[in-house]
Amino acid sequence: MPNRPKPRNRRQTLRYGLTVAAFLLPSALPLAAFVYYPLGQAIWTSFQQWNLISPQKWIGSDNYKSLLADPSTAAVFWHSAQYLIAYLPLVYVFALGIALALNSRLAGRNFFRSIYFLPVVTSWIAVALVWRWLLNPNSGAVNAVLGWLGLPGPGWYNDPHWAMASVVLASVWKDTGFVMVILLAGLQSIPVEIEESALLDGANWIQRLTRITLPLLSPTTFFVLIISLISGFQIFDQVYAMTQGGPADASRVVVLEIYDLTFRYGQAGRASALSMMLFVVILAISVIQLRGQRRWVHYA
Amino acid sequence: MKPIQTGVIAILAAAALAAGCAPAEPAEPGSTPNVTLTYTTFMAVGGHEEDLNTIIKAFEADNPGVTVDAKFNPYTDYFTALQTDIASGTVTDVFDIEHANFRAYAENNVAAPLTGIETDVFKQGILEAYQFNGTQYALPASFSTVVLFYNKDLFDQAGVSYPTNDWTWDDEMSAAEAMTDKVNDTWGDYQPVTYNEYYKTVQQAGGSFLSDDASQVTFDSPEGISGAKFLVDKVGTVQPGAGDTSTDSDLDLFASGRLAMWHNGIWQFAGLQEAPFDWDIVVEPGLTRQASAMFSNAVMVSATSKNIELATKLAQFMTSSKTAVDVRLAADWELPPIADSSLLTAYFDRGKPANRQAVFDSLDAVALAPSIGDGQAEMSDTVTNFLSEAAAGRLTAEQAVTQAAEAVRPVLPKK
Repeated sequence: MPNRPKPRNRRQTLRYGLTVAAFLLPSALPLAAFVYYPLGQAIWTSFQQWNLISPQKWIGSDNYKSLLADPSTAAVFWHSAQYLIAYLPLVYVFALGIALALNSRLAGRNFFRSIYFLPVVTSWIAVALVWRWLLNPNSGAVNAVLGWLGLPGPGWYNDPHWAMASVVLASVWKDTGFVMVILLAGLQSIPVEIEESALLDGANWIQRLTRITLPLLSPTTFFVLIISLISGFQIFDQVYAMTQGGPADASRVVVLEIYDLTFRYGQAGRASALSMMLFVVILAISVIQLRGQRRWVHYA
Repeated sequence: MKPIQTGVIAILAAAALAAGCAPAEPAEPGSTPNVTLTYTTFMAVGGHEEDLNTIIKAFEADNPGVTVDAKFNPYTDYFTALQTDIASGTVTDVFDIEHANFRAYAENNVAAPLTGIETDVFKQGILEAYQFNGTQYALPASFSTVVLFYNKDLFDQAGVSYPTNDWTWDDEMSAAEAMTDKVNDTWGDYQPVTYNEYYKTVQQAGGSFLSDDASQVTFDSPEGISGAKFLVDKVGTVQPGAGDTSTDSDLDLFASGRLAMWHNGIWQFAGLQEAPFDWDIVVEPGLTRQASAMFSNAVMVSATSKNIELATKLAQFMTSSKTAVDVRLAADWELPPIADSSLLTAYFDRGKPANRQAVFDSLDAVALAPSIGDGQAEMSDTVTNFLSEAAAGRLTAEQAVTQAAEAVRPVLPKK
């Protein structure tokens, strides 16, 4: 902050502090009430045995110990990871392709931007129903098309090997528009002069994409990566609506497990402990990403 | 970067905030009460909301100054919402429960012990099902049983004779095979492959699901395996498996005349009155004995209610008043659990099915549902998951039973 007024005496310092506090208060209060207080409560609850309806009972770190000893804990984290491994590249490639196309002087590009954004504002329940219908192994459109191409249609959400793929497909379809909008904003902030000079130097389309556009887009890519990773670990709606975690728990992700433990199995303490473990995992991955960004993110 | 939150945290936040603003309208003793009682129901949701309002209006007319504010929550999310309400102290004065989770609510001091109630009006067996350690914690509002529905037209077309009370599983299977026509999406039988069917088929095969004190698994027995096989073997042969039929709903399949036999509850009667074919019911066949599932719903008074006495009065009225009984029968809702069966005669003149006597016959041999308290939902989910794996052909029935038993043991109450 180069233009910050330099406080001259204690009274002015206080005045300055109060002014800052007054401006922060409207956002700090709800943040404290709805984020930090519940976070504290959740940490506290993670050391309790609690079925929601009887009083809490302190059991120390037992929830953490039993979660670490339970193979289904690793399984739900692995399912979330499987989702991310398939989802991230797909959503990025699709969104980048559309963003590049819509960044050109295409007729009706505003119309197309709206069209691609529409799934983002659609309710997950509706999207899940439509995708269950499309992916119906027996009568769905997807397997019908695969059939015409002579390919065997998989069992999709009825088959443990394909259930997560079904969730990924629906999620990519729904989220592409969102990622596209962010990438589009990134593309538009790249100065046209750089591209024009590359053009004058005789760079072809591929060279301009890999040497200019992608490097200059890397801060946006980094942003997309980090928010997608965080939201990917938190997926719940699509799994709840499409597969309920099945079949055979093949699509049971971390947050679904937290929900079931809390509201179905009367183990809110254990669920809070699992939330804390999820928090630590996401924090660790985010820190690694922040550290690693120096190698590939270029700020113009 | 923002710290990461989960649904639990948000709920805890809401709960913590809501706890601060508990509704309070205490009535002065002796004065004219001007009281609002609150009530949450799932029983009435899905077609009987107006019937419930009729009962409530009659209660309000009998009790001047008392208003009942009813909240309708659908069954699928009902217990999630109820637990959250209990945790946050915002639970209504009176609320519905079902027998399967009665024990969890009774043993956690959520329910007010009910005193000063008229007990003679209830069928004693059902009333006692809502006692815990000798105390009455809820009043039964309804009961229903599961029977075998059959499409007479499909039986006639196939030249198969109708089911009788003497049928066994073998009769059911051979009839189902005779009527299955996969090419035309017509199926012989449908019985959900779930815990709710399985604890019953174990008993129909002569076994038991858990030991009497619910501390031991007993379904990993030859009887338990044959109960699982009976359910699993139907799938893909006489009953559509996942993706075998164009509809996801067994109700659609039966109502559209493409299903010969259907294991379902008597709550389906009203919806099938307009079906374009003739149908009837019998008591479900067994292997060595009959055992029918009975479900029962009840109303509970919250221990935190400011008006326990009035709330108890409402619970009594909702379950056993003449108005409640008449409305339930006239609406073809589930049956009221009352002792005086002469009041039930109206039930026999309500149209199809002709053999309504089977509803009462099915009560002669009831397969009691295990009720284990906190682990209830986990137990039923686990059993359903393993049975589904067997139905999908990824496990044998025997493997499913053995693995389910292994997984259920840790959630049973300790001796």
